[in-house]
Amino acid sequence: MAEDKNSIDIDYVANLARIDLSQEEKDRFQKQLGDVLVYFEKLSAVDVEGVEPMAHPFPVYNVLEEDVVEEGFTAEEALMNAKHQRNNQVIVPKVVE
Amino acid sequence: MTTMTEHLFYKTATELSALLEKKEITSVELTKAFIERTKATDDSVKAFLSYDEADALAQAEASDKRRAEGKPLSALDGVPVSLKDNMAVTGQPHTCASKILEHYVSPYDAHITEQLKKAGVVLWGRLNLDEFAMGSSTENSAFQTTANPWDLERIPGGSSGGSAASLAAGQTPLSLGSDTGGSIRQPASLCGIVGMKPTYGLISRYGLAAFASSLDQIGPFAHTIKDVALLLGIIAGHDRRDSTSYKTEIPNYVEALESKKGPWTIGVPKEYFGEGLDPEVKASVEKAIAFYKDQGCTIKEVSIPKLDLALPTYYIIATAEASSNLARYDGIRYTHRSEDTKNAIDVYFKSREEGFSEEVKRRIILGTYVLSSGYYDAYYLKAQKVRTLIREDFMKAFESCDVLITPTTPTTAFKRGEKSADPLQMYLSDIYTISVNLSGLPGLSLPCGYSSEGLPIGLQLIGKPYEEAELLSIAHAFESAHDYSAKHPEL
Amino acid sequence: MEYEAVIGLEVHVQLKTQSKMFTRARCAYGEAPNTLTNPVVMALPGALPVMNKEAIRKTVQVGLMLGCEIAQSCKWDRKNYFYPDSPKNYQISQYDQPICDGGFVEIEMPGPSRNVMGEHRKVKLTRIHLEEDVGKLTHYDGESLVDYNRAGRPLIEIVSEPDLFSADEAFAYLTSLRTHLLYLGVSDCDMEKGQLRCDANISVRPKGQKELGVKVEIKNLNSISGVRNGITYEIKRQIALCQKGEGASIVQETRSWDADKGITFSMRSKEMAHDYRYFPDPDLMPVRVSEEIKKTLADALPERPFAKQERFMKEYNLPYTITSVLCPDKALSDYFESAVKAHNNPKAIANFIANDLLRELSNAGCDMAHPLEGCKIQPEALAELAKLVDEGMISKQIAQDVLVIMFETGDAPEKIVEEKGLKQSSDTGELESICSEVIANNPKPVQEFKDGKDTAINALKGQVMKATKGKANPKMVDDILRKLLS
Ligand SMILES: [Mg+2]
Ligand SMILES: [Zn+2]
Repeated sequence: MAEDKNSIDIDYVANLARIDLSQEEKDRFQKQLGDVLVYFEKLSAVDVEGVEPMAHPFPVYNVLEEDVVEEGFTAEEALMNAKHQRNNQVIVPKVVE
Repeated sequence: MTTMTEHLFYKTATELSALLEKKEITSVELTKAFIERTKATDDSVKAFLSYDEADALAQAEASDKRRAEGKPLSALDGVPVSLKDNMAVTGQPHTCASKILEHYVSPYDAHITEQLKKAGVVLWGRLNLDEFAMGSSTENSAFQTTANPWDLERIPGGSSGGSAASLAAGQTPLSLGSDTGGSIRQPASLCGIVGMKPTYGLISRYGLAAFASSLDQIGPFAHTIKDVALLLGIIAGHDRRDSTSYKTEIPNYVEALESKKGPWTIGVPKEYFGEGLDPEVKASVEKAIAFYKDQGCTIKEVSIPKLDLALPTYYIIATAEASSNLARYDGIRYTHRSEDTKNAIDVYFKSREEGFSEEVKRRIILGTYVLSSGYYDAYYLKAQKVRTLIREDFMKAFESCDVLITPTTPTTAFKRGEKSADPLQMYLSDIYTISVNLSGLPGLSLPCGYSSEGLPIGLQLIGKPYEEAELLSIAHAFESAHDYSAKHPEL
Repeated sequence: MEYEAVIGLEVHVQLKTQSKMFTRARCAYGEAPNTLTNPVVMALPGALPVMNKEAIRKTVQVGLMLGCEIAQSCKWDRKNYFYPDSPKNYQISQYDQPICDGGFVEIEMPGPSRNVMGEHRKVKLTRIHLEEDVGKLTHYDGESLVDYNRAGRPLIEIVSEPDLFSADEAFAYLTSLRTHLLYLGVSDCDMEKGQLRCDANISVRPKGQKELGVKVEIKNLNSISGVRNGITYEIKRQIALCQKGEGASIVQETRSWDADKGITFSMRSKEMAHDYRYFPDPDLMPVRVSEEIKKTLADALPERPFAKQERFMKEYNLPYTITSVLCPDKALSDYFESAVKAHNNPKAIANFIANDLLRELSNAGCDMAHPLEGCKIQPEALAELAKLVDEGMISKQIAQDVLVIMFETGDAPEKIVEEKGLKQSSDTGELESICSEVIANNPKPVQEFKDGKDTAINALKGQVMKATKGKANPKMVDDILRKLLS
């Protein structure tokens, strides 16, 4: 990617995130997020040798439920906010493979 | 009616509960008072995104019926509570202050909603926030900018700015917010009220639109610590629909306020009192520390050496999680769909472009970037490890202290527009609150003074995991000896 | 130059649970669209996942059955990509800590003929992990419809090493894997219902070369024959390119199998930017599988299919061919053993099952994935039928007819024999007169027999059986004919 490590490849990332950005937004984000990344550099100097990554504030294991069915939505409830629907299904424009 | 109303809307929930209990007022009268107050003041405060007057009055009527039959569901039966608009209530909008959810109506209740309904409260209005809780000023709402009731030119803080401002303005006696990096405590501080972020996992996140899953926590706003204790007791507790919900006994927080009496060992982390701290804020917090000392508490200087790493750590973790959490707002099933689409891919790109405002896009871009191929180890994984170190700092401090005392925010409420052009400056306003979320600890903010301009100053107390009862008692001791909470803005 | 193909398979299998992987909405097939959802399945704002214990148990069972190392601790990761069938636009899966590590699937390669057992080999597995399924898209002109009923069902992904070297081996692998899973009862593995889906990674290389060639992933191999044909086609395509000296034009890509046209075609890679941004799902806690649970599940494992087949050949002295009919179906082989327990004639019982019973089941249009479901003949009744033959009450031929009636009515064989008067005739006087008549009417075979051609007696026997409508005891007929002709 870009040689400058504090520069985000905005086009690549916006494509991953599925957001169209105007050129203006791209330029602004490029600059602002560049500043943020400079600020993030504080972290690179920290020695984390042997430190476990913290994924949860409190480590608990095996939060499991028994396989017992509970009542869910009717099709109407499931799709009550879907503006584009037909035959109780959500319509999407052609999915290009 | 006016006099009646006036002396109702700034009463505490505890007082309102007593009036209802003694049948001196009805829930309908009470609810009407808050409706009137809201109508009279919200043109300038703009705390509410929506409310349903008729629905609120119907709930109040039902409550009055229960009270008349001598069967109230809880002490708060009939007392209005308003929700930040990122929590689900069946049949109500749930916009998260985003255009992408502008027309979305929730088909289900959040866990907290169920708990509140079980307690018989009147679910009042839906409160403004920074879009998807991303912000510190409530300027990032797609619909309106909420003002600070103490000075309408100033921001109320954020992201739960609507929850704080409505309470400070007397539009609701209780409200709920969510706190990912300070979003309850910072606006509470800037609006001169009490706000608490409980320990991560104490309150189910089921039905709270996620911003950053490992940091988000719902919490109450109120005029007093006792009111916070009352509301917390209703919404806290295990919920099997949230895998991160903690299984713990919920004590009677209200009773604990009186039963737990120090003297406590109070830690003062020196890193919170350095550069960037407004002298007036510093003076007020130091006065509070002196108060505890006078009460016989041991004051101990402690250190959180990794504190300056909290902000970058937070913004990496929060934006990474957010970039994934907000992927569901895609224009397909329930969110805004752009009309300008030729294929499914367009639906994503255009709907998200149209539906998200700038700060949300900026954070999604940042979060996507830190997770993307080649950067994960340097950013996300590194941040997770540093998060461990930050938490260790806190746990070490708690080996010798019952509570930590700090300012909630470096300054009092700033002017609208002052920081919106510079995201990094805005991010820095959360500098004292975010490490509490990173460590999963409970924290609260309560008023501890007013600046020379008459703006509220907040005190942050940070407790041990799941020691909310102790934390509330310590705050209660301060509050009982001062009258900061009794002061209200003139509107 | 000679080329060889190297194949690895990624098989997705829907686990048979009542509720979904991360929420308790119901799992079912063929329901009206979008009737099996809830806030979690639809990924509404605020919905959160909670693990299904049974799905974890079933995955561990599969791992134990296939000799995998079961992880002491594993976690959940989000695989981020946008697709309309994916409600959250991330799939909860396992990235670097799968539940099962390593393992193998024993396969039987095709033998020299159908009657001879082929060579057995262990195909190495990389891993098995647990994840959630997506919804279903139906494509129409210019638009697609989405049904989220399937979304969130537990799915295991079984990844093999590149350890298969022909389409036949891939087929044998898939068949064996399916048999193992059916033995466990963790899935119905019906490819038509999408319960088992297979993607193949295929490369070719000059024979003898160690390094792998460029890998092409083939998707949409949606049937057992699709797997075989799709892989065969792709191997040919790649080898042809190599032989034309265009090996370099094999690109690492994803291709789709078009069963109608019988070709694979490139799926435009533009939409498939493979940067999934995996990270641990903060909404879910890690899983630990205790030694105790592992032991309980291991103790409850069924006998492995190939072990059972070997035992059937040894213990019951059955030929390979018949065991290869009985053993791939656990219910069928258990049925056989129950019947043998009631009457110890394994060969006769095996023949009744493999020839007569299966024919009837198939004619009746039974679901051949579970042929015995709804079968009215209990194993004990089948044993009784074999016993009637062995005791000389009925002939084998009559027994076959009785079985057909048993299949239709569920009646006991004795009752049918009694009611229809099918009992073998043992009346010597009557048989002697029939035999005499047959001898008188068939001078040719009589002469041949007298000239020393012993087999000529069979023609006479056949005539007697015909005259008695099969009810004559063949042994007695033989005795009487020989006596009369001597
Ligand atoms: Mg795969
Ligand atoms: Zn998969």
